[in-house]
Amino acid sequence: MAEQVLTDISVLRTSPLAHLASALEQGSVQGERGVKLREIAFTTQIGVRAEPGTEAHAALSAATGVGLPASVGQVAGNPEGTAVIWSGPDEFLAVAPEGTELFADLVQALGQAPGQVVDLSANRTVIELSGPSAREVLEKGCPADLHPRSFTAGTAITTVLGPVPVVLWKSAEDTFRVLPRASFADYTARWLLDAMAEFASAPID
Amino acid sequence: MMLIECPWCGPRNETEYGYGGEAHVAYPSDPSALNDNEWAKYLFYRQNPKGLFAERWVHSAGCRRWFNAVRDTVTYEFKAVYKPGEPQPLKTTNAPAQGGTK
Ligand SMILES: [Zn+2]
Repeated sequence: MAEQVLTDISVLRTSPLAHLASALEQGSVQGERGVKLREIAFTTQIGVRAEPGTEAHAALSAATGVGLPASVGQVAGNPEGTAVIWSGPDEFLAVAPEGTELFADLVQALGQAPGQVVDLSANRTVIELSGPSAREVLEKGCPADLHPRSFTAGTAITTVLGPVPVVLWKSAEDTFRVLPRASFADYTARWLLDAMAEFASAPID
Repeated sequence: MMLIECPWCGPRNETEYGYGGEAHVAYPSDPSALNDNEWAKYLFYRQNPKGLFAERWVHSAGCRRWFNAVRDTVTYEFKAVYKPGEPQPLKTTNAPAQGGTK
């Protein structure tokens, strides 16, 4: 039997919303009441745990290149490169574009100290909702205060959207990244498409 | 909808939280010395006061951390929230004002 060596296995991957790609595009709404939906697939995601004030925390903070956020809502870094989201007083989620080499550096920075560095890249997918009506769509099912006076660009919280636990990251003005677990991605995307539908027609006075 | 204040995340909707029952129930110092009756009391017997009650809550859909709260069981009003290890800020029937550490 001829030996086959597959050197690039990334061709075998399927993102959690690959089957809905055209639905997301068709469901997107243009114009001044517009709202657009797309999946940002295969991002690098690393779960980091370390107690603030410890050497491990300082070492991990340096290794991310952007620091570790100090309190709720804060995101270190930026959405185009590496961003680290606060998920608890000693827990953080680093999100970076596909293929970012960050994991080995973080593992090395933690060493044998108490803490955690776990590759969570396949755990959640990233759904990006953007446009003038994006906040209104989310407000149909998210109990957190999403008004700009409370939820500003460059911040993120862990909350729920409908019944789905999500990380909700306001990556820019009128742009929200929703991170549900992969198994909830299909439901979350369909929920959002349904919530977006009304914005395709003129408002009823 | 009711807002509950998480000590780390601030005010969030009650649906983000889970209830953990009475706070400051001390773990037996010598568990193996307990008979079945005493063990059952430790595990299952809880107070049910009318008025201020110290109890445990968990911010399940947020930071996933446990914390303590003093709640009025008559009005459902949260009088105080505090992190594990912090002293209980208000006197209740189920724990002294300089309360426990759990
Ligand atoms: Zn919290």
